Amino acid sequence: MQPDAITAQLTAIFRDVFGDPALVITPDTKADDIAGWDSGRMIELIVAAESEFGIRFTTREVDGMARVADFVAIIAAKTAHAA
Amino acid sequence: MSLAWLPEPANWPEATARAAAGDLTFDGFVTLANTRLTPSRTNQLDRLLGKAFPAAPPAGLGTRPVRLAILSSSTISHLLPAIRVGALRRRIWVETYAAPFGAALQDLVDPASGLQAFGPDTVLFAFDAPHLTGLGPDAAIAHLRELWRMARERFGCAVIQQTLLPVALPLLGSNEHRLRGSRHDAISEINHAIRAAADADGVDLLALDDQAARHGRDAWHDPVWWLRAKQEVSPGAAPAYGDLVGRLLAAGQGLSKKCLVLDLDNTLWGGVVGDDGLAGLVLGQGSAEGEAHLGLQAYARDLAARGIILAVVSKNDEANALEVFDHHPEMLLRRADIAAFFANWDDKAQNLRRVAATLGIGLEALVFVDDNPFERELVRSELPMVAVPELPEDPSGYADRIAQAGYFEALGITEEDRARTRHYAANAERATAVAQAADLPTYLAGLDMRLIWRPFDALGLPRIVQLVNKTNQFNLTTRRTTEVEIRALMDDPDAIGLQFRLVDRLGDNGMIGVVIARRTRPTGFTIDTWLMSCRVLGRRVEAAMLSVLVESVAERGGDHLVGLYRPSPKNAMVARLYPDLGFAALASEPDEARFGLDLSAYVPEPSPIRSARG
Repeated sequence: MQPDAITAQLTAIFRDVFGDPALVITPDTKADDIAGWDSGRMIELIVAAESEFGIRFTTREVDGMARVADFVAIIAAKTAHAA
Repeated sequence: MSLAWLPEPANWPEATARAAAGDLTFDGFVTLANTRLTPSRTNQLDRLLGKAFPAAPPAGLGTRPVRLAILSSSTISHLLPAIRVGALRRRIWVETYAAPFGAALQDLVDPASGLQAFGPDTVLFAFDAPHLTGLGPDAAIAHLRELWRMARERFGCAVIQQTLLPVALPLLGSNEHRLRGSRHDAISEINHAIRAAADADGVDLLALDDQAARHGRDAWHDPVWWLRAKQEVSPGAAPAYGDLVGRLLAAGQGLSKKCLVLDLDNTLWGGVVGDDGLAGLVLGQGSAEGEAHLGLQAYARDLAARGIILAVVSKNDEANALEVFDHHPEMLLRRADIAAFFANWDDKAQNLRRVAATLGIGLEALVFVDDNPFERELVRSELPMVAVPELPEDPSGYADRIAQAGYFEALGITEEDRARTRHYAANAERATAVAQAADLPTYLAGLDMRLIWRPFDALGLPRIVQLVNKTNQFNLTTRRTTEVEIRALMDDPDAIGLQFRLVDRLGDNGMIGVVIARRTRPTGFTIDTWLMSCRVLGRRVEAAMLSVLVESVAERGGDHLVGLYRPSPKNAMVARLYPDLGFAALASEPDEARFGLDLSAYVPEPSPIRSARG
């Protein structure tokens, strides 16, 4: 998948998880930038992304996720591999 | 493992925006909860609910709010929103309490703990498998029974015990049971023994092991989350977990569904009888699709055998529809299995109202199964309280989908449950007899009715509790109860507890009524609880019950009775019961009307019903 398409799908996930239909995310968006992005919401993001993209994150990948760009890079690599 | 029986939400962004703006009623929240929510949407809905109703639910829910404490050995905080939404789906308001991580036991024992301050009416023990297998099977069961006992002693609460998820890896394989003491084997043993212990102690189970058997362990448990956050139930399974808890809470309040309403063409059989004719229907042995429809019939028949009422609502000419029941050789269900049969061209919502009225049950007790998405949507929008499962495209999955939804969750089974289909079939006969009799009194006199009454006793206990907790319409105060409370009442010299069964020429109706009265003045008794099953309505049984109660009060030296009526959304039919029985109105509160009866002035109503102590 292309990074743009991934970001668009991630935007929908972020909007659901944070209950904000107008939320805009960029590659640099990180936990400090969004009110309510705590460890519980991080779990929600990961569970939703796994189900939406049909992938599984490894324990190490989850440990390394801080910014939106980290999500995009890992999802791009996994979906490219699957294709 | 999605909530496959629920429809996709129609317009989630718009609905949640309304909720966030404070424009969504509690009923609106209930409707949203009855859609196929993802884990994150489940959590979102819970947050919105918390904002809209920060302190307490709105009045008049018609269900009992629950204070639920979850005691666990690992992380369960991620399950709480889904539990609240699972209850919301059934119009139940739940306050949840989770013990601090790793401190469940201290919480239970310490008189100054948060749990004691919370004061639960229901405690769910949700231990992870490693915690209990570490003790070994025998010690684990003994430990649990001790905890159940402590919880009950301290809180007089209902207890729910989660069975163990099969998370341990096998060491031998198929013959793992030969390696006594392996963790895998210990989980099987504990899950086996826990059932007998729970039955002996009156504890209800949350059977995660059955769920894992149905959906696969991986759907419920993910080692990544166990390692990261000590979450034994993975966050993706939270909506399913919450729904299971919601089912148990609803069953405990008698809110489970009571009646399965079936469409006919392409649901109960393949094809359209009006077009294809009897011989053209796809049903029964010889074709895979025909066997699939038969599978739904077999499941419906088995549900009926354990007390679920069956009904039919179909757009059809009645004669065509009945011909299939009477003459198709492959039909498993017969006309006598169907307690209410509506085949006509009226809209289905209208016919579902007729089903509820005919059976004397509420619309919210109905499940409507129809292959046609248009009819499903129509019924959902007209009658949101009727459960309408989404069905898979292939009829081979119809029965499984109904089973997955857990509509008919029950905590036990009584003789009355097993006999219910016969009761309703006999009722249909009685209705026909009414039509034939010249007038109602003649008909009632010819029924040879006997009202058999007894004080509360251990034998009747399960049915008494069941009847008190599920009767909504003929129920003067809608007070609910527990086994513990009824047992206490049996030993109380100042309380009268009476159970009634009604027998007539057409059959035994089983236990149909309960009255509880308490001495509130030296010679005065107040009727705390009075309820009657709707299947004996219209027969003046209530007048006969009153005369039995009056005798019991007089035996205890009482000379005055006070009756209470507390209005609920469902009990308007008994608003005038006391005045109709000769009680005089007393000073009343808005939520409680009071009526008095002087026993010296009481004259029993002439009745065709003979009463006798049984």
